[in-house]
Amino acid sequence: MEVSFWFFVLISILKVIIVTGILLTAVAYTVLLERKVVGRIQNRWGPSRVGPFGLLQPLADGIKLFLKEDLMPTNVYKPLFIAAPIIALGCALISISMIPFGANIQYHGVDLFQISDVNIGLLVILGITSIGVYGVALSGWSSNNKYSLLGALRASAQVISYELALGLSLVGVILRTGSFRLRDIVDVQSTHGLLSWNFFGGWQFVAFFIYIMAAFAETNRTPFDLPEAESELTAGYHTEYSSMKFAMFFMAEYANMITVGCLATLLFFGGWCSPFGHIFQPYGGIWAAAIMPVFWFVLKVFCFLFLYIWVRGTLPRFRYDQLMGFGWKVLMPLAIANIIVTSFCLAYRAA
Amino acid sequence: MYLVLFLIFGGLCVAGALNLLFQRHPINSALSLIVVMSSLAVLYLLLGAEFLAAAQVIVYSGAIMVLFTFVIMLLNAGREERTHGSKAAYAIGIPGAAALLGALVYIFLSNGDLLGPTLLGASWVVPTVFSATLFRDLLLPFEVTSVLLLVAILGAVALARKEH
Repeated sequence: MEVSFWFFVLISILKVIIVTGILLTAVAYTVLLERKVVGRIQNRWGPSRVGPFGLLQPLADGIKLFLKEDLMPTNVYKPLFIAAPIIALGCALISISMIPFGANIQYHGVDLFQISDVNIGLLVILGITSIGVYGVALSGWSSNNKYSLLGALRASAQVISYELALGLSLVGVILRTGSFRLRDIVDVQSTHGLLSWNFFGGWQFVAFFIYIMAAFAETNRTPFDLPEAESELTAGYHTEYSSMKFAMFFMAEYANMITVGCLATLLFFGGWCSPFGHIFQPYGGIWAAAIMPVFWFVLKVFCFLFLYIWVRGTLPRFRYDQLMGFGWKVLMPLAIANIIVTSFCLAYRAA
Repeated sequence: MYLVLFLIFGGLCVAGALNLLFQRHPINSALSLIVVMSSLAVLYLLLGAEFLAAAQVIVYSGAIMVLFTFVIMLLNAGREERTHGSKAAYAIGIPGAAALLGALVYIFLSNGDLLGPTLLGASWVVPTVFSATLFRDLLLPFEVTSVLLLVAILGAVALARKEH
C-alpha cells in the first residue's frame, strides 16, 4: 500500500518519541531493579525510602544528577571529552530502532511495532554497537587520567576480542533463517511455539551461550567489567565525569543491556512468539492479537535483564589474562565449531 | 533525494580525508578516517550494496579503527612535527595522482551509458543469493584473499616474536 510521505514522517517521529521514552524509563527502572535484586542477594533491602517500595527512586536519582555541578577537569581534551558520552548514548539509543517489539501490525501501511524494518537489521545493530566503543575509548583517552586511560584500553581490547565470538555465534541463526531481517528470523521460529525456537528446536544453545557471554563482555558487565573495575581503577573510563555526562554513560550501559536482551530474545527465543504456539490465537480478537506478542516479548527481555543482575550478584570479576584467554581460546573455536556443525546438519537435511 | 545524499556524504568523505592530512594530532586523524569510512558505507548503500555497507561499518569503522585508536592511546602519541617530505614523493606522487584521476574520469565517462543510478531497496540482499555469488562463482579470489590474510598474520607473528 502506498503511504503518503508526510503521514509516514509524522508516524515515524511519533514512534521514535514513544520508543525513546519507553526505553529511557525502562533504563531507569532497570537500575532500580538491579539495586533491589542485588540488595536481596546480599541480604539487605535495597532502596526503599522514596515512594512505595522505593519505586520513585529513579526519579530522585534523575533529579540529583541533573542538579549536580558539571565539572570540567583541567587539561582534558575538551572536544572529545564532551563528544564521548554523546557517542556512547547516541549509539545505544539508535540500535533500538531496528528491534521489532511485536507482530507485524500495519496501520495505514505503517508498521506499528518497529521503527524501521531494514533487511540487514541484524548487521546494522552490530555496526552501531561496534561504533559505540568509541564513546568508552575516547572518554578514557581525553580525560587525561591514568585510571581512565587504563579502563579505555581494557575496554577496546575486550570489545574487539569478543566481537568476533559474538558475530560468529550469530552465523548459525543466519544459516537457519537465510536472512538478516529480524522479522524473518522470528517468523522462522513461530510455527510450533517453544519447540521451534532457535534455542530448543534449532539446536543453537551453544551459539546462545557464546552470544550471551560475549554480550556480557561487550556491555562491560560483571564478570567482564574490567574497564570500570571499581576496586582497581576507581571507576575506569568515566572517573572524571560528573553530573549528566556521567549519567549518559550510565544510561548507555543499561540501554545496551536492554538491546542485547532484545536481540537474544529475537534470535534465540522466538521474539514475540508465544511459547504455546498458535493455541491461544483464535481467542481475544484483534486487541489480544496486537498486545499479547508485545507481552511475551517484554517478558522474555525482562528475564534477560534479571539474568544480567543475577550474574552480577553472583560471579566475581575475571583476571585480565583469563578474559583474553577465554575469548580467544574457548569462545571463538567453539563458535566456529558451531558454524561447521550447523551448516553440516542443514546441508544433510537439504540433501 | 539520492543526489542530495550523495553530495552530503561524498563531501563529508572528501572533507574527512583532507582533515586527516591536515590534523597534527594522530587521534584527530584517526577520527577523520572513521568519518571517511562511515561516509563510504553510506555511498555503498546508495549504490544498492547493503551488505557491503554494513560490513564496511562493522569491519573498518568498528574494528580496525578501534585497533588504530587503541594503538595511538597505548603509545600515547603526541603531536606530529611538520616536515618538508621527500622530493621523490612530490616528483612522482603528484603526476601519478593526476594520471590516476584522469584515467578514472575517462573510464567512467566513456562507460557512462552502462552505469545508472539504483533505487534504494530495489534489490533485496538475500544471503543465499549473495553467498552463492561469493562462495561459488568468486570462490578462487575469495580463497586467494584468505591466503593473503594468512601470510599477513604470519608476518606479524614473525615480526613480534622475541629473539632468542
